[in-house]
Amino acid sequence: MSATGIGATVRRKEDQRFITGKGHYTADVNRAGQTHACFVRSPHAHARIKGIDATAASKMPGVVAVLTGADLAVDKLGNLICGWMIHSKDGSAMKMAPHPALAQTKACHVGDPVAVVIAETLAQAKDAAEKVQVDYEVLPAVADPAQAQSAGAAQIHEVAPKNTIYQWQLGDKGKTDAAFQSAAHVTKLDIVNNRLVPNAIEPRAAIGEYDSGTGHFTLWNTTQNPHVARLVIAAFIGMAPEHKLRVIAPDVGGGFGSKIFIYPEEVVALWASKRVGRPVKWVAERVESFLSDAHGRDHVTHAEMAFDRDGKVVGLRARTIANLGAYMSTFSSSVPTYLYATLLSGQYNIPNIYCEVDAVYTNTVPVDAYRGAGRPEATFVVERLVEVAARELSIDPAELRKRNFIHQFPHQTPVILAYDAGDYNASLKKALELADYKGFAKRKRESARDGKLRGIGLSAYIEACGLAPSQAAGSLGAGVGLWESAEVRVNPTGSVEVLTGSHSHGQGHETTFAQLVSERLGIAIDNVSIVHGDTDIVQFGMGTYGSRSGAVGMSAIVKALDKVEAKAKKVASHLLEAAEGDIVFKDGKFTVAGTDRSVPWGDVALNAYTAHKFSGQELEPGLKETSFYDPTNFTFPAGCHVCEVEIDPDTGETEIVNWTAVDDFGVLVNPMIVEGQVHGGITQGVGQALLERAIYDKDGQLVTGSFMDYCMPRAHDVPSFKVGVTVTKCPSNPLGIKGCGEAGAIAAPAAVINAITDAIGSEQIAMPATPQAVWTAIQRGNATRKAAE
Amino acid sequence: MPAVSMTVNGKPVTADVDPRTLLVQFLREELRLTGTHVGCDTSQCGACVVHVNGRAIKSCTVFALQLEGAKVATIEGLANGDQLHPMQEAFRDNHGLQCGFCTPGMIMAAVDIVNRKGHDLDEHTIRSELEGNLCRCTGYHNIVKAIAAGARAMGSGAAVTQKAAE
Repeated sequence: MSATGIGATVRRKEDQRFITGKGHYTADVNRAGQTHACFVRSPHAHARIKGIDATAASKMPGVVAVLTGADLAVDKLGNLICGWMIHSKDGSAMKMAPHPALAQTKACHVGDPVAVVIAETLAQAKDAAEKVQVDYEVLPAVADPAQAQSAGAAQIHEVAPKNTIYQWQLGDKGKTDAAFQSAAHVTKLDIVNNRLVPNAIEPRAAIGEYDSGTGHFTLWNTTQNPHVARLVIAAFIGMAPEHKLRVIAPDVGGGFGSKIFIYPEEVVALWASKRVGRPVKWVAERVESFLSDAHGRDHVTHAEMAFDRDGKVVGLRARTIANLGAYMSTFSSSVPTYLYATLLSGQYNIPNIYCEVDAVYTNTVPVDAYRGAGRPEATFVVERLVEVAARELSIDPAELRKRNFIHQFPHQTPVILAYDAGDYNASLKKALELADYKGFAKRKRESARDGKLRGIGLSAYIEACGLAPSQAAGSLGAGVGLWESAEVRVNPTGSVEVLTGSHSHGQGHETTFAQLVSERLGIAIDNVSIVHGDTDIVQFGMGTYGSRSGAVGMSAIVKALDKVEAKAKKVASHLLEAAEGDIVFKDGKFTVAGTDRSVPWGDVALNAYTAHKFSGQELEPGLKETSFYDPTNFTFPAGCHVCEVEIDPDTGETEIVNWTAVDDFGVLVNPMIVEGQVHGGITQGVGQALLERAIYDKDGQLVTGSFMDYCMPRAHDVPSFKVGVTVTKCPSNPLGIKGCGEAGAIAAPAAVINAITDAIGSEQIAMPATPQAVWTAIQRGNATRKAAE
Repeated sequence: MPAVSMTVNGKPVTADVDPRTLLVQFLREELRLTGTHVGCDTSQCGACVVHVNGRAIKSCTVFALQLEGAKVATIEGLANGDQLHPMQEAFRDNHGLQCGFCTPGMIMAAVDIVNRKGHDLDEHTIRSELEGNLCRCTGYHNIVKAIAAGARAMGSGAAVTQKAAE
């Protein structure tokens, strides 16, 4: 391993600009002559729009235009769409309702944009937006997914009777029911997976610009996948053909999924820029983030796990209602289906699994992928069931897990996935050692002496990442391929630019991708630039989500480097006057095998461009290669997290006193960056378990609509983490990488709740386990015990 | 529109401003110092922390007009030319940032913590002093490490001379 190659802890190349205030985010972009947009948003969860009077607003100082859904209709712009088809049990297609970028006949959630004011300054736009008169006829609303299908519930979209988008199933119902009938023990749980707001610290932003001379549009946008944004805006919205639309995602301040999707605001900014003939800039205020960024999770589930007499799992069944909000967001349909039910086997050999999912509309912000996307929900189901079962069966929770682990690979689960490699015993064993599991009983006694309740909880999670083999994804309903592309551009002086379709919004690609190139070509890491986030520069790309940038994005670079090396060997063979087959490339030198005759990388690069030493008719000059890499399988990161909590029974306050994470991510490119991903993921998972919940009241008002009301994890809410790894190489990509971006958020919630329920001796606790919730659960438990005595 | 004069990163500036202009808007839009960020509208996230007369404040909580004659320091003024401030170095060395959006506010807050609490900071102190700064990427683990290391470095004489603006 070289000092900057694969596996080295390399300080990040991108940090210089971020620590000196020179980062360049969308809100930092200013265009000559730009105007500012302020959206008029529905204050009602569900309301018919009877009319919009913009007369007074139009006369306000600085106002350039006031545009509504009617104007959008005049220009025949298409609707926003969901790009993943799901079919119901009866074979019918999912019920996708129209989603115009500005509401036209009715508003379907608080925050639904109904008009936009364009003005010279932002202050003027905001002042004028106050003067737009919208005549609403308020309709009954439904916000609770468990109520959405009931007879009296408000009906949101005509296309979806009983607000039901699809009724989907996976697995063999008959076999699973039979396994339950003959089971020795069945554990049952009712679970609410709480609704979350992603809250990347950079709010979303968009600047649209139209060039009437060329007919080209440019969009600066906080997006995780600029090419996908361009594709959707071109093909479905119909704004402009792809070749006349450029999408630029400059520095992006965190995404966590929420910046994958195509939103109304960027569509409107682009469209309005043509309407007013000037650039239009919009930057979300945080309250707009709460009211318009796709939320995450929001499942209501009943789940059961069946065991035989030996404590072996014989079946799992789950029924879930998934809230997709008021409209179907870009990938929303896939999250509670193929990213959820396919993971219900966990790390265990479970012969029979059956899952039913009803996806419903409600008068809430659309719900889509948020860090983990479906897999945290699945892990919570599986790991809560196993933990509760262990307590019911009086088997140590670690032992019950071990007894059911998968040992043979590849392993075909009953829910589509074929796990390719792993060693679940190894990560469990290492986690228990690092967490001093054996010493827990002693620590619990010590806590008890201080009047505190101590608990320990495990979460042996698995996820499917590296999305995804395109053919497989297509057969499951994906509307796009999920390969990635890379172009390796060698310059005449030997430095290298890599154009990648992956997008970095905190993951450190400018460093890790350069590590790969540095090692492979034997050149200094400073001689490598990673270029991303601009559809006019990068050939194409599917973007960053689903922990795919390493496994898929870097694999594309490997394939392009293979081609570069092959071409460079041809050039070197001419320089060395040797047969191409005799050229060996190692440590930045091309050598004739078995001799000391060699030529360095830089000379080969230069000669590829001067083309003086070979015939340009026999060998094309230049050194630049492109690859589109399609993975052969998902990757399967897995591991074991151990959370230890101490609870004050008088206040219900939970303190996380120890956290141990042992993860198997396959080959690590930069351990420092991997650990950072784990820390961040765990903290988001802790947020879900202890602090965060998007709460809607019965009328569909978002009660937690700001950082004043929605409890984000702060530094004092989490401890320092003990992080370890085990390694089984991923056999499905050339680097052996599995992906690490989502693991923490997937593993953490179950570990926290398993620890809290262990401490208080009651399984009845919902997320977030706030002090009030924990205190109440303790009191309820005490009352139950007293009654029993 | 009324005029306001202040010193920003050691340079005197004067401008006419709409009275409702917040300091953060003045810095970002008037002076084009876009290193100071806006992450919320309720003064919770701390992405906009700058120093005013040597003390950390959230620049979204004060009007530009209130700062007549003040000395303001932003992230752009923290390094001494090409020589980074030890706290900036510490954030890079300890991987105390990912997307970078909260980072300027974090670093400015961190320098202020050291100014108030000294160079030997324990984990508990750092975590409670970060009450006013949100990060969604790092889980804080490496930010805490970075601030402890940066505090030590500032105390070891490696610190660049604090700029006149502070």
